[in-house]
Amino acid sequence: MLKTFPKGGVHPPENKISANRPIEALPLPSKVSILVSQHIGAPATILVAKGDKVKVGQLIAQSSGFVSANIHSSVSGTVESLDAVMDSSGYKRTAITITVEGDEWEESIDRSKDLNKTISLSAEEIIKKISASGIVGLGGATFPSHVKLSIPAGKKAEVLIINGVECEPYLTSDHRLMLEKGHELMVGIQILMRALNVDKAFIGIENNKPDAIAHLQSLETEYPGIKVQALKVKYPQGGEKQLIKSITNREVPSGGLPIDIGAVVHNVGTAFAVYEAVQKNKPLFERVVTVTGKELAKPSNFVVRIGTPISSLIDAAGGFPEDTGKVVNGGPMMGKALSDTNVPVTKGTSGVIVFKETDSKRKAEGACIRCAKCVSACPMGLEPFLLIKLSQRMMYDRLETERIMDCMECGSCSFGCPANLPLLDYIRLGKGEVGKIIRARKN
Amino acid sequence: MSSILLTSIIILSVLGVLLAVILYAVAQKFKVIEDPRIDQVEAVLPGANCGGCGFPGCRGMAEALVKADDFGSLFCPVGGNSTMAKAAEVLGKVAEAKDPMVAVVRCSGSPEHRPRTLEYDGATSCKLATMLYSGDTGCQFGCLGLGDCVNACQFDAIHIDPETKLPVVDDEKCTACGACAKACPKFIIELRKKGPKNKRIYVSCVNKDKGGIARKACSAACIGCGKCVKTCPHEAIVLENNLAYIDFNKCKLCRKCVEVCPTGAIHELNFPPRKKVEAATENAETK
Repeated sequence: MLKTFPKGGVHPPENKISANRPIEALPLPSKVSILVSQHIGAPATILVAKGDKVKVGQLIAQSSGFVSANIHSSVSGTVESLDAVMDSSGYKRTAITITVEGDEWEESIDRSKDLNKTISLSAEEIIKKISASGIVGLGGATFPSHVKLSIPAGKKAEVLIINGVECEPYLTSDHRLMLEKGHELMVGIQILMRALNVDKAFIGIENNKPDAIAHLQSLETEYPGIKVQALKVKYPQGGEKQLIKSITNREVPSGGLPIDIGAVVHNVGTAFAVYEAVQKNKPLFERVVTVTGKELAKPSNFVVRIGTPISSLIDAAGGFPEDTGKVVNGGPMMGKALSDTNVPVTKGTSGVIVFKETDSKRKAEGACIRCAKCVSACPMGLEPFLLIKLSQRMMYDRLETERIMDCMECGSCSFGCPANLPLLDYIRLGKGEVGKIIRARKN
Repeated sequence: MSSILLTSIIILSVLGVLLAVILYAVAQKFKVIEDPRIDQVEAVLPGANCGGCGFPGCRGMAEALVKADDFGSLFCPVGGNSTMAKAAEVLGKVAEAKDPMVAVVRCSGSPEHRPRTLEYDGATSCKLATMLYSGDTGCQFGCLGLGDCVNACQFDAIHIDPETKLPVVDDEKCTACGACAKACPKFIIELRKKGPKNKRIYVSCVNKDKGGIARKACSAACIGCGKCVKTCPHEAIVLENNLAYIDFNKCKLCRKCVEVCPTGAIHELNFPPRKKVEAATENAETK
C-alpha cells in the first residue's frame, strides 16, 4: 500500500519531459552576477571590492546573522561591479558581478570523483561546516540549512525525512540527482543524521520515479538506518507538512514547525550539497537546474554555476522556441514568471520552464458557483472560496480566524477552479496583510 | 376565573416594578458620564468616517478634539478650515488655519512615454502585482495602473485615465484624506498643498534609478540632472537618490524649473497660458 497525505491534493499533468536526460555541466558563462540575497533571511555582507581577483569557491559575501547564509564565488575571475542587477521579479538587488577568467578552484576543494564514506566530523562540526558552506534548502524555499539542523532547546529530532518527491510537474533535477548520485546522496543523508543525532531517515519518492526508487532501495543495505518510502503521486506531496504526514502520519500543528513533532525535512539536493561540503570541502556554488518546455529543442538537466544568466541555459537547451509566451522560474505550480531572461540563477532555481504563448495565458474568469472543488483540493483544509471573498473585502480579522496563515500557496485551489478564479492571487494578498498585522501586534 | 386574572395582573405588576427598580439601580451604578461636547463636535464634523484624520471615524476625532488642549496636529482634511473653526467655536478653542491639501499622482509613465515590456494577467490589484514583480514596464517605480487608489477613494475623486493608464485626481472632489496615498504600494501619490487657485508645481516621477536607466525605461522620467535645483531661486528643490523633489512650502510657483526640465518631468497645473508661449516651446525643443 503506497502512502500519501489524506487531505486535498490535485493531479496536474506530469510532463516530466527531461526525466531521461543525464545531468550535464553547462559551459562556463563569460560573466556571472551573484545576488547577495539568495536565501530567506538577512542579505549577506559583501567581502570583496571592485577589481579583486576571486577563485572558484572563495567566500565573497558573509552571512550577516543566524538566519542568513554565506555566498561563495562560482567562477574564477575579476570582480567587475557591486551594483544592483535585476532579480527574477524585475526588482534591482545588490549583486557581485564577476568576469570569468579560466576556472581556477580554491586548493582546499577536493575535486576527485572518489566516494568518501567515512564521516569524521562531530555533529557540531558538521553544522558549522554546513553553515560555512552557505547551504540553503535547494528545493526552492532557500531556508538556511544550518538553522533547520540547530534544534531549539527542549525539542528533539526523532526522524529525518529526505524530500525526493519532486511533485511539481516538469521538474526532474532531483530525480536525476537520485539516479546519478545515489551513493553521495546516501552519505549526505548519513551526515545529516549524525548532525541531528537521529537513527532513522526516510527518503520519500513518488512512484512516478520507479527507477529512482529501485536504485536507492538497492543501496539501503549499505547505509543502515535509511529507508526508501514510495509514495502515491499527488501534488503537493513535496510540501514539508504533507510529506511528514504521508510518511510518519504525524501532523504539524497549525502555526507550528516540523520539529514540534520531532521531524526534520531536507531536500535531496540539499543532502547532496551537504555531502560535497562535508566530504569534499566544496561550498555551494553550483546546482542542478532543469531546463524544459514542450517546444524546447533539447530539454536538459544542467549543473549550473550560481549567477549564470538564465538566457544562457535556454540557449544551451536549444534556444527560445518561436512562440514563447512565458518563462517560469521554478515549477509550473509554484514558480514565478520571469520578467527578464537575463536574470541570474540563484541557489533556489530548481528549474526553468519555457511555455508557448497559448499555454501561458489565463482563461477568462467566471462566477463562483460554490462547487467546493477548491475546498476538496486544499491540502491544508482551508476554504479558498471564502478566503478570496474575505480578502477582496479586506476582512483581515476574519481571514486570520479562517487560518489564512496556514496557506502554503501551493496553488491547488486555483488549478482546479472551473471558474478560473484568481483564488491564490487574493489569498496571497490577504496573507500578506494578515502577516503584517500579526507582526505589528508582536512588536 | 376573575381570581386567575387578578393574580396574573398583580404578579406581573409586582414583577414590573421590581425589575424597574433593579434596572434603575444598575443604570445609576454603571452610568457612563460622557462629555456632551463630544456629540456637539461630532455634529459639526462631516461624518464621512474616512479616517483621514488618523482616527477610525468622526466620533474618535471628536473625542480627541474635546480632550486636546490645543488642536496642534489634529485636522479634519475633509471639512477643512471651516469645519475646524466651527469645532473650535463649540469648544472655545482656537484652530490654526492650515493650507488645503490635495492628492497628487507623481508618475507620467503613459504608454507613449513608457513602453510596456511585459503582460500581467493576474488579479487586478496593485498590491498583489507589486508582490509578484516590479511592473509591466522597464520602470520598477512607476504606476501599475491597476487601480488600488481608485478602490480606496471614498469620494469618487480619483480615476484611471483610459488613455494614459494613469490615475487622475479630481481637485473638486478630493478631500486629501490620504486613503489613496496609503493604498498605493509604489508610494506614488503624495498629499501636496493645493496652492492658490489650485496652482501646483511638482515632480511627476518617483524613479530613483540613475539618469540613463531611468530615461531608457521612460522618456518622461526625472533623470536627476539637477538643472531644476540650480535654477530654483527659492532653494525649494532637493535632489536625492537621482530624484528631484519640490518642497511645496518653499515653492513660490515661479515655474522656472518647469522650463528647464529636459524630460518634462516637472508638471505645472492650473496656470494660465504663458505669455511667451513660443519662446518656451522653442526652449524645450532645443533641450
